[in-house]
Amino acid sequence: MRVLMPDTLEEAYGMLAAEPLTPVAGGTDLLAHWPGNHDARKRAYLDLSGVSGLRFMHWGDEALTLGGLTTYSDVIWDSRVVEEFPLLADAGGQVGSIQIQARGTWAGNIANGSPAADGVPVLMAYDAVVVLGSEEGDQEVLLADFYLGYKKMRLRAHQLIRAIRLPRREYDFQRFVKVGARNAQAITKIGVALTRSEERWRVVVNSMAPTVRRCPALEAMLDEDRPVSGPEDLLTAIREDLAPIDDIRSTAAYREKTLARVLYFDLKGVCPSFA
Amino acid sequence: MERREGISKLLGRELYIDDVPMDRGLWGATVRSPSPRGRIREVRFSPDVNWDEFVVVDHRDIPGENHVWLIESDQPVLAADSVRHVHEPVVLLAHHSREMVHRAVRSVEVIVDPAPPVLDFRLPPGADGIQHGTDNVFSHIVIRKGDVDAALADAPVVIEGTYETGAQEHVYLENQGMVAWIDGDVVVVKGSLQCPYYVHAALTHGLGRAEDRVRVIQSPTGGGFGGKEEYPSVLALHVALLALKAGAPVKMIYDRPEDMAATTKRHPAWIRHRTGVDLDGRLLAQAVEVVFDGGAYVTLSPVVLSRGLIHAGGPYACDNVRIDGRAVLTNSVPFGAFRGFGAPQTIFAVERQMDKIAEELGMDPVELRRMNLIREGQSTATGQIIRDGADRLEVLDRALDLSAYREKQEEHARFNAAHEDLRRGVGLSTYFHGAGFTGGGEVHLSSVAKVEARPDGRIEVLTSNIEMGQGTLTIFTQIASESLGLEPDDVVIAEADTFRVPNSGPTVASRTVMVVGRLIEKACADLVAKLGDSDLRGPDLKQAIVDWYRKHSGGVLDGAARYEPPPGTSWDEDSYRGDAYGAFAWGACVVEVEVDLRTLGTRVLDVVAVQEVGKVLNELLARGQIQGGVVQAIGWALMEECVWSDGAMVNNQLTNYMIPTSDDVPPIRVDFLEAPYAHGTGGAKGIGELPVDGPAPAVAAAIEAATGTHPRVIPVTPERLMELYDGA
Ligand SMILES: Cc1cc2nc3c(=O)[nH]c(=O)nc-3n(C[C@H](O)[C@H](O)[C@H](O)COP(=O)(O)OP(=O)(O)OC[C@H]3O[C@@H](n4cnc5c(N)ncnc54)[C@H](O)[C@@H]3O)c2cc1C
Repeated sequence: MRVLMPDTLEEAYGMLAAEPLTPVAGGTDLLAHWPGNHDARKRAYLDLSGVSGLRFMHWGDEALTLGGLTTYSDVIWDSRVVEEFPLLADAGGQVGSIQIQARGTWAGNIANGSPAADGVPVLMAYDAVVVLGSEEGDQEVLLADFYLGYKKMRLRAHQLIRAIRLPRREYDFQRFVKVGARNAQAITKIGVALTRSEERWRVVVNSMAPTVRRCPALEAMLDEDRPVSGPEDLLTAIREDLAPIDDIRSTAAYREKTLARVLYFDLKGVCPSFA
Repeated sequence: MERREGISKLLGRELYIDDVPMDRGLWGATVRSPSPRGRIREVRFSPDVNWDEFVVVDHRDIPGENHVWLIESDQPVLAADSVRHVHEPVVLLAHHSREMVHRAVRSVEVIVDPAPPVLDFRLPPGADGIQHGTDNVFSHIVIRKGDVDAALADAPVVIEGTYETGAQEHVYLENQGMVAWIDGDVVVVKGSLQCPYYVHAALTHGLGRAEDRVRVIQSPTGGGFGGKEEYPSVLALHVALLALKAGAPVKMIYDRPEDMAATTKRHPAWIRHRTGVDLDGRLLAQAVEVVFDGGAYVTLSPVVLSRGLIHAGGPYACDNVRIDGRAVLTNSVPFGAFRGFGAPQTIFAVERQMDKIAEELGMDPVELRRMNLIREGQSTATGQIIRDGADRLEVLDRALDLSAYREKQEEHARFNAAHEDLRRGVGLSTYFHGAGFTGGGEVHLSSVAKVEARPDGRIEVLTSNIEMGQGTLTIFTQIASESLGLEPDDVVIAEADTFRVPNSGPTVASRTVMVVGRLIEKACADLVAKLGDSDLRGPDLKQAIVDWYRKHSGGVLDGAARYEPPPGTSWDEDSYRGDAYGAFAWGACVVEVEVDLRTLGTRVLDVVAVQEVGKVLNELLARGQIQGGVVQAIGWALMEECVWSDGAMVNNQLTNYMIPTSDDVPPIRVDFLEAPYAHGTGGAKGIGELPVDGPAPAVAAAIEAATGTHPRVIPVTPERLMELYDGA
């Protein structure tokens, strides 16, 4: 096993351009897959922890930008973020445990590409843009367009997630709900992030498809104020948008019904079209 | 009193078996069956591995009998011709490199000609499924009292209910692990275990060695819960076989996935009640059928079944009882000892049945229990007359008071009306647990404890009972120092090493304090008596010891005691009648839950556990036992679910087998009542298992109160509750 330890982004880009490397941020995802996988130890790693200027939160007039090494804890303990982007703190506070929140990064959560990632739905519901850096310069991709399929994403081997940009908007509704088998250290069975800004809804769901994804059919129902008189009325749109499965953690039927109930109960007092 | 090993555990200095350095030793690993049942056609070693570097052991290397010594001799140490469950051990490997040996396991293929497996213990096996006797029944026990059929026929109301409980994984923090080495002509095995002399017996049989050529030493043990009662015998045999063949020390440590997949769990159970009651709710007849899934080999299933059945009627008086139970074979990884030992399963069923009776009669479940709880002079299902001075009604009332049960019910009615998506409810259970071995078990064990004085005046306590987190070292220190009037630092607890300590029995069955503690008290008295003055205590005693050693150079001043049954007790194993246990401890538990109707997830808001335990010797340790047991039971009731494929657990990681975190349990409120038991240490009865018996039915009752559903199967996962709720 080899570990390269760059000090600057430029150095890191150079190393990445030269050979295939696995970036390490907090290492919490990489470590979880570590012991069983002997071949992983033969790989070469790029330790990002020493790269200066990669862990920050920058407030511009138009956007809040998180760095490629910004952790959940950084966000949870920042009162300005909690005020303006409360879902980041809500979701961050439900990732793993306090120890994981202290090490785990938003960029790592995105790049790990798990359909169960808890950081991704809230970022996506805020229309986050992923800033990919490399020797060739920056490339920006809307997070909602970032995933191509299970663990497939628009991130090339020589690129790093350098930053994550969140446009600053007025929201009149924001909610994140994580349903897991227990209150901490639980892989999400069903998760949903909801935002409404200027009459437009974002509905982003995790653990119910091969990737975290926005739900256009549900968003359209909400945008168009279509009448909903019970959770069942949401099932058709849920099935159109998502493809839950039976697995070791839950069942497809439970996932569909629970998402419908969460949406129904949580939006009932919010959407006049919900009876 | 300070916990004896507390600081070293806190500072990470305690050396668990995996922490013990291995200089010139080998690492062992196990090749297991991929198939639930069949004949082994071939064991194929991949040509890509240089097998000369490995020590390889199979069934032909076993010098003694190829079975794991226990109740019956059916479980092979290593499979020879056939396999009966997935993960059954077939071949052992050892190598200098831990990584190499684990990789090599994947280069050995066990090829099995499959036979049809039996996987559902609730169904009768087909003719081609018979593998044990004529019917796959490991054990069949019937407890009879009065005339059940007549009483059921005459009863104004007969209520039926069927209940099921799932397997449970122990999740001790420290996985199974052992080291073996050869010392002259002695095989030494050291590791994480609860019962040094069980392991010793298994080794003498399996290795075909005399008792004095086998030595077993317990290493600091990171939790057991029954999981280190019988399983360590298997691992000890494996590691010893490798060490014998290698002629070098060998260490075997299971990783978490292997430990969860290949070792025992709590027996799954199916239980049916038919109860005859009069219109006031008095129990007239209890007919109970019990089936436990034993898994592929007998292991401890008959005794787990026995304890389960003795507790199956609950802590209630009823003149006509028939409890008919079987433990049956399936081609699953064998089930085994787990804290509570069958009682949590049967108590879940009887407590849910009591709630069902209350509902069908339109009665308050509290009043139904109050009416039927055993009074002084009444008897249990085996005819054991209870006259222990304990006030079982007071236990119940204390739990109701502390939990504000009635107030909560009113509060919940208001809360539920005010919330569209949340429901609260409160549930109750009353229960009991017999401590020590069942029936004549303690007489059969005939345990011995010893104390030995040292020339400097300190006292060493020698027993085979072990510390596994529950506090044995501390409580034994306390018992010895209090009986001798010495400081705790004047007491040394001997390492559980079969070359030094007598056989005081296994560390199971809530017996350590009640039974062995009493032997320590008696051994202390024996030692003092040898000094000629039975009243010697404290500094005078210390001085007398020092003087004794001055006079008797080369001698040893010691004291010993052997178990004697309490006078007047009797038990008949054939009819299953008599005094099943020296003493029962009594409990009542109230649980409050909140169910989220969006997810059907259940949150436990409050738990009160009240118990009568004879005498609390060490309040902190006792509370710890109760709180830990309650948490374990909440996990079993709500979230701990083994997912099976071909009789093997497939969610065998801590990410996918859920136990409660500190965020999932509320503060657990504990209270004790005391009615000293004349034959227990300082009046104490056993408490280690009692707390696991009560919470699961109380959780289910609380969910019932909150949602109007009738959970009869645990764990009540959100998935299961959603089906019940939507069906309701
Ligand atoms: C006990 C435990 C509990 C957990 N609980 C949760 C949970 O509840 N919810 C949840 O969503 N996740 C959970 N996780 C997963 C993990 O903690 C998160 O996904 C975390 O955000 C990963 O961040 P990291 O910095 O540790 O990533 P790393 O492990 O360092 O990396 C993860 C992946 O991203 C790549 N990567 C990292 N940074 C970059 C970058 N800047 N550019 C390009 N690629 C990069 C790495 O190469 C790797 O493939 C848990 C993990 C553990 C061990």
